[in-house]
Amino acid sequence: MSVDAPAKPLSIALVGNPNTGKSTLFSALCGVRQKTGNYPGVTVEKKHGQLTASGRKITLIDLPGTYSLAPRSPDEMVAVDVLLGRQRNETTPDGVLVIVDASNLERNLYIVSQIAELGLRTIVVLNMVDVATERGITIDAAALEQRLGIPVVATQANRKEGFDRLRSLLADFDQVPPATIPSPFSDLFQEKVDSLHTVLKKRQPELPKFLAERLLLDTSGYLADELHAHGQEVQPGIEKARTELASVGTPVPAVEAIARYGWVQKTLDGVVTRDTTPRQSVTDRIDRVLTHRFLGPLVFALVMFAMFQSIFSERVAMALVGWIEFAFEWLSELAGSFMSEGPLLSLIQNGIIGGVGSVLVFLPQICILFLFIAVLEDCGYMARAAYLMDRLFSRFGLSGRSFIPLLSSFACAIPGIMAARVIENRRDRLITILIAPLMSCSARLPVYILLVAAFVPDRTYLGFIRSGTLTMLAMYALGMIAALLVALVLRKTILRGETPPFVLELPTYKWPDISTVLGRVFDRAMAFVYRAGTLIFAVTVIVWAVSYFPRDEEAVQQPFAAEIAQLQSERESIEAAETPTPEEEAQLEEIDARLSAIDNQIAGTHLRNSFLGQGGQWIEPVVRPLGWDWRIGAGVLASFPAREVVVGTLGVIYNLGEDAESDSLREQLQNATWEGTDRKVFTLPVALSVMVFFALCAQCMATLAVIKRETNSWWWPLFTFTYMTVLAYVAAFITYQVGTLILG
Amino acid sequence: MKLLSQLKVGQEGVVAEIPGNDSVSVRLLEMGITPGATVKLLGSAPLGDPLEIEIRGYHLSLRRQEAMLVHLAD
Repeated sequence: MSVDAPAKPLSIALVGNPNTGKSTLFSALCGVRQKTGNYPGVTVEKKHGQLTASGRKITLIDLPGTYSLAPRSPDEMVAVDVLLGRQRNETTPDGVLVIVDASNLERNLYIVSQIAELGLRTIVVLNMVDVATERGITIDAAALEQRLGIPVVATQANRKEGFDRLRSLLADFDQVPPATIPSPFSDLFQEKVDSLHTVLKKRQPELPKFLAERLLLDTSGYLADELHAHGQEVQPGIEKARTELASVGTPVPAVEAIARYGWVQKTLDGVVTRDTTPRQSVTDRIDRVLTHRFLGPLVFALVMFAMFQSIFSERVAMALVGWIEFAFEWLSELAGSFMSEGPLLSLIQNGIIGGVGSVLVFLPQICILFLFIAVLEDCGYMARAAYLMDRLFSRFGLSGRSFIPLLSSFACAIPGIMAARVIENRRDRLITILIAPLMSCSARLPVYILLVAAFVPDRTYLGFIRSGTLTMLAMYALGMIAALLVALVLRKTILRGETPPFVLELPTYKWPDISTVLGRVFDRAMAFVYRAGTLIFAVTVIVWAVSYFPRDEEAVQQPFAAEIAQLQSERESIEAAETPTPEEEAQLEEIDARLSAIDNQIAGTHLRNSFLGQGGQWIEPVVRPLGWDWRIGAGVLASFPAREVVVGTLGVIYNLGEDAESDSLREQLQNATWEGTDRKVFTLPVALSVMVFFALCAQCMATLAVIKRETNSWWWPLFTFTYMTVLAYVAAFITYQVGTLILG
Repeated sequence: MKLLSQLKVGQEGVVAEIPGNDSVSVRLLEMGITPGATVKLLGSAPLGDPLEIEIRGYHLSLRRQEAMLVHLAD
């Protein structure tokens, strides 16, 4: 490194197995200086971090955790393409940082042997040395370094131990030698790879030898498609080579694992010593309980219960929600005090603050749920949860891996759908994505809370189970059962196939790392806020516009003009008196109440005349069989972009102010009658029918947008919207009809 | 011929081969279930499936159906 010119910035790829503390290492090295995005066309997250080592700027490219560099799908191809400098819109890395779990070195060295073949400058980070020691495993890091011929740094990423050496190696990265490990394969195998490589290079001169080797080993057919290695020049050669290899006892694909694990064993011989006295590790002891036949499901149920309990706890989550609501109300009033009545103020108060605010209100609950999920993931429990749930899920054509995405969807389907990336099997992932929006997300809560409080008679069963709680639980159960049944139907029809496999590592338990956990919660919370600030913002402005225009102030106010004028003059004459008598004060209150009732009536008329109101009346025949009047229909139409909008819309529609969750909305709904009659709109069957509809409908633009992004197709969001709407309609219809039959 | 799925809880076996070339077989090989390796059945989930095994010093869970892909030495 020359002294006068600053060294050129480096970019280094970070690779490793899952559960090795890779993300802990990443955030310990880069802190908050990270950027996330997506690689085009796949669902792999592109994550870059910045760090400085002795003044040298380094970009760390975090690649998804993987057990093997053997791509069988476009998602798995990304890591290989990045390492080989073939990935578009990504810098070619100057080298690799491979993180390995010291307590599980045998399996972790498998990928090291693959990376070594790339011939890049490589540093091995030997992480979790403490866990290894606790399990009686001693590793001679210096001896391992000598055998591999590349630097091996022992670390404990969660305590930043061993970072001095790592940083100094990174600062002098040009001194790190490129990995040159002798091939673990037999001479015959290497000959076959060489001749295949020669053939392929005629057509693709740039093709690295590593991919020729992969092509020979890949029996899935994926790489042959990817590299266009079909046709007469290539395929017969590959077939012949495989037959020959099988005849000498090294059949493809088993040959790779046999050769590499053989190399691993030779490499570790004398480097790793195990305490021979058999001991039961902490993990084994914890697992005795957590995966126990009876205790396991019990603990699982308790964990889930605690999670939901804390999301809906009055003391924490709901209190925070209350504060946010208060802040938005204050903002709204502030805007009102600065601006005069008119479209702009309405846009700010009802459109922006009402719309975006109604979504941001759920931020505390989403953070709490993600805190739970991040802790459970980081300590290793999530894998056990998947293990416990797999049998149940497999009956519906899913695997236990779908558990985490579906659990996240109780907060919000968007992170849930993104969490489905952990599912390797494409069809399995697709089904999980398509059913995730059926989980009752937190946006359904306001709808449930409002309708339960207004229409479900408060009864107590067995002394402590309340009818309201039961109704809420029924809505959650409805979503889950519907999701599993839809999964089953999809598996039997358009996404036909075998039940996906379930091969999952059960990692060693560890204390969750606080910075990793908080970082993950922060990431997801920011993604949620970003969504509220962009898509929901745009959509609420549109909804506001169609429910505000066309607007003819004079025509609507005219019938009330005389009464308003009279009330106001009465008010003035009373106020003119210096000291109002108690009677006069009562009179004032009466006048104000009447004035605000007129305001509400005017707002209601405006709404009925708006595009949205017209639409609502137009769809009335469609929603009649569900027991709804046009106003509920309009509310549902308006809540197409985000279902929680319906609470606000119903408030406006039923001639109300904006304070939708107050008692008065409840009372107004209870008192609402069919126009021109004194028959009540909301009976228990109608309220249940609305709740069931909202439990199952796809009223969330953002979810549909994420489905589009994750599946890379317009068809799947369209499909999701259609099936969920049909399902919601049919279920609401049945609820209303059966409910009316039973309750009269 | 004995299969991994036929082990009893607490019992050990030595892998003979995984003859398949489907993606699950490849994944099992990559996870270290290679000829000569020792596997031990640690237990099963409450409903009898999936299984939990120990291989190369770590714990792995897989279904009975996947365990049937692994042939053990007699």
